[in-house]
Amino acid sequence: MATRSNVLVCTGTGCLAGESEKVAKNLELIIKARGYENEANVIKTGCFGFCEKGPIVKVEPDNVFYVSVGPKDAKDIIDEHIIKGRVVERLLYREPLQNEIVSRQEEMPFYKKQLRIALRNCGLINPEDIFEYIAFGGYEALGKVLTSMSPEQVIEEVKKSGLRGRGGGGFPTGLKWDITRKQQSPEKFIICNADEGDPGAFMDRSILEGDPHSVIEAMAIGGYAIGADKGLIYIRAEYPLAIARLNIAIRQAKEQGLLGKNIFGTGFNFEIAIKFGAGAFVCGEETALINSCEGKRGEPNYKPPYPAEEGYWGHPTCVNNVETFANIPQIIMRGAEWFSSIGTERSKGTKVFALAGKIKNVGLIEVPMGVTLRDIIYDIGGGIPGGHKFKAVQTGGPSGGVMTEQHLDTPIEYDSLLEIGSMMGSGGMIVMDERDNMVKIAKFYLEFSMDESCGRCTPCRIGTKRMYEILNKITSGKGTMSDIDALKQLAYMVKDGSLCGLGQTAPNPVISTLKHFWNEYMAFIKDEDSPRGEGRYEAKNKIRSKLEV
Amino acid sequence: MSIKSMEELRKIREEHQSKVALRQSGENPEDKIEILIGMATCGISSGARETLNAFVEEIGKQGLQNVKVITVGCIGYCHSEPTVQINMPGQKPVLYGNVKKDKVVSLIDSHIKGGQPLNDLLLKVDFERA
Repeated sequence: MATRSNVLVCTGTGCLAGESEKVAKNLELIIKARGYENEANVIKTGCFGFCEKGPIVKVEPDNVFYVSVGPKDAKDIIDEHIIKGRVVERLLYREPLQNEIVSRQEEMPFYKKQLRIALRNCGLINPEDIFEYIAFGGYEALGKVLTSMSPEQVIEEVKKSGLRGRGGGGFPTGLKWDITRKQQSPEKFIICNADEGDPGAFMDRSILEGDPHSVIEAMAIGGYAIGADKGLIYIRAEYPLAIARLNIAIRQAKEQGLLGKNIFGTGFNFEIAIKFGAGAFVCGEETALINSCEGKRGEPNYKPPYPAEEGYWGHPTCVNNVETFANIPQIIMRGAEWFSSIGTERSKGTKVFALAGKIKNVGLIEVPMGVTLRDIIYDIGGGIPGGHKFKAVQTGGPSGGVMTEQHLDTPIEYDSLLEIGSMMGSGGMIVMDERDNMVKIAKFYLEFSMDESCGRCTPCRIGTKRMYEILNKITSGKGTMSDIDALKQLAYMVKDGSLCGLGQTAPNPVISTLKHFWNEYMAFIKDEDSPRGEGRYEAKNKIRSKLEV
Repeated sequence: MSIKSMEELRKIREEHQSKVALRQSGENPEDKIEILIGMATCGISSGARETLNAFVEEIGKQGLQNVKVITVGCIGYCHSEPTVQINMPGQKPVLYGNVKKDKVVSLIDSHIKGGQPLNDLLLKVDFERA
């Protein structure tokens, strides 16, 4: 008998923490007890993104979206919905503004402005079943590339698409592949950077949990393009579910001959191994990541040579982020033109953001580049809870800066964010409201960077420590204007003098809060030496500049 | 077993498509013909579940891609259960009564595929008034 209904249950980390495993189990048991096991199927999927209201259960083909489902609700979903066709109203999403019930996913404000490319299969397929991925067109991009395109054509297609690295730096992916391809070496590597270290970011984890095959497929495509037959996935050991699903996916792909020797009968060989990281923020940096893969301390190297020239064990190595990879199969299947028609002039496609902090709809969203902060915070995110006022949003984790009310209408893209002193980063977005003190926020991020500094270079090791001490002094009310000046000087010294991205971006939260929330720093300062707000350092510099004139 | 060509991949894709077809029809709600089946107590006791399964079975057998079958609660015509409502895109909904499972094939043939409502089962309802 054909199944007439699919009950999709989210089993991403967030929903699992909300007992979604039990929900799925109860659903299965009740379906069986009622004798409907041939008519309805329970499918465990990856993250739907709407983590705030998890666990999520969706019934297809009815297209009904249930939120906050507990194990006890399973009975009603089966007895009422599956058996009697009556939608269980109390489990439907209530749109808070009008207090209206919204039963369909595409009508919910949270999903309306989204466009899912990297997340297309998350919440739709069972990530532990390769056949579901294939049924939705999976591995066709790999087949197309291997049987009908040259590596140069693949690179050209990715270049034309305008895809830029989603790890935060925004380096053009096609160009990176091209540089690696042009290296003369019998052995090359392609590495997937799944070391997601930003506080508040969980997009890479969710992609690996919800759709691991798309990353595997893309790595094989990348391997073919650059001339590598070995891939590594560098993932932090604190992502056990993602690791488990990756292992299952790799095993299944091998069984189907989609990894291994002579893929699609074309003579192309490709294998993927998983490397675990111990969860160090600095290992998101390419060279530190490669050192860690080799079993050394996760410390960065001087660049150049770039990994594309001399990477893993000295071989040319291309490192791409999880989300970057997740876009590749769609670019191959739907074409560079389709992809580049989405987004803005300089930033193409979509970006996944992890919304967290003081926002109603905490969760994972994917939007076209160029949407404004206002769209994200108010339309998708549902605004600030408890009637509080929006104050700022920190993008890019500790590497980014804050955006404030005045930036609400800035289009979100790589370059516009850099211009206002923030950055895209990997896509974490932490929202702050009026009750948050920005000096303390800056201190929090700096403490994180200080702890995560690998200690290899002096500006980062000692600079962040001293900056933290000054911030501590300021927030305990003992700071003076000269401390603010020293903090500023130190910030730019650490930024300019550090070896890798960690140190170069660590002062960003301080610099940007100094710029946008000067008053909050001043509120902490009780300066008896310089009551008019002129610090010692500034005064010294003024004298010097006068002498020079 | 190992996939060695695009043809083999496509074959596997087709074999497993039925497993995910329900989700694909849910994802793109426009241009889909909807078959709503009243599954309240009165419906179930007069055989709506059998009718429903017959619809799903037949649609799968004939490989109709643009149809989705949805269970709904009481449509309100308990005297004529099982009741089935067919929504063609851009047309007024049509309501049928007394749709036992043996009527399913002719309903699919004449209405879903042929576009001609089946007059003998028709319930005269004016949806505009409701």
